Amino acid sequence: MKIKIFYFARLKETLKFSTEDLELPDDAFAKALTILKLKALLAKRSDVWQQMLLGKLKVRGAINHELVDDNAKIVDGDEVAFFPPVTGG
Amino acid sequence: MTVRVQTEDFDTGLELNQLRHARRDTGAIVSFVGQVRDLNDGDTVTRLTLEHYPGMTEKALEGIVNQAKTRWNFFDALIIHRVGSLKPTDQIVLVAVSGAHRGEAFKACEFIMDFLKTEAPFWKKEVTQDGERWLEAKQSDDLARERWVKKIA
Repeated sequence: MKIKIFYFARLKETLKFSTEDLELPDDAFAKALTILKLKALLAKRSDVWQQMLLGKLKVRGAINHELVDDNAKIVDGDEVAFFPPVTGG
Repeated sequence: MTVRVQTEDFDTGLELNQLRHARRDTGAIVSFVGQVRDLNDGDTVTRLTLEHYPGMTEKALEGIVNQAKTRWNFFDALIIHRVGSLKPTDQIVLVAVSGAHRGEAFKACEFIMDFLKTEAPFWKKEVTQDGERWLEAKQSDDLARERWVKKIA
C-alpha cells in the first residue's frame, strides 16, 4: 500500500520533513493500519521521531483532510497528516 | 457561506456591508475580529507567523459552519482567516454571522470561533525578544468548545 504523509508546524520543523510518500508491503500489518500504528512505526526512525510522535506534544492525526482519532483506519491511497494541537484564531 | 484563507488583510467594514445588503430581511449581523497582540505570556511579541494545512483548512471551516447551521437559524456566515507573517495590531480572523435576530447570530458566531480555535488546522509561531516559539494550545479553548458539546442549544 502507498500513502502520503504531511507534517505541520513544530513537527515539520523538528523532523525536517514536510511530506513523504510511504510504501508498505501489503501484509497483515498494512491491512490493520491505524493512526496509532503508523505513529509507532514512524517513531522507530529515531529518538526525535519517537519524542515528536509519541511524546508530550499530543500529536493529532487527519486522514483525507478529516480530523480523526488514534484508532482511525488508514487504507491504500490515503493522505495522512500529523500535527500538534491547533492554535489559530 | 464564504470561507477565505489568505495572506492579505481584509476590510471588515466592507465585508459587513456586503452581508448587510445581501438580504433585506437581515435584522442582525454579529461579528468577531481577532488580532495580533504585542504581549503573550509576559513576553513582547514582534511578529507572528501563521501556518495552515491547505485543503483541510477550508473543509474544516465549512464543516464548522454546517454544524452551526444544524443548531441555529441564521442566514449566512463569513470566515476570513489570514496566514503568513503578521505583526501586532494586524487582523487575524473575521467571523461574521447574519440573521433575522441577534440571539441566534450571537450564538452561532461564538460557536464558530470556539470550534475554529480547536479544530481548524492553523498554527501560530511567535517571534519574541528571546527568539521564535510555537504557541501551545490553551486548555481554556478546549473548555470553551466543550461547553457547546454539553449544552443543548
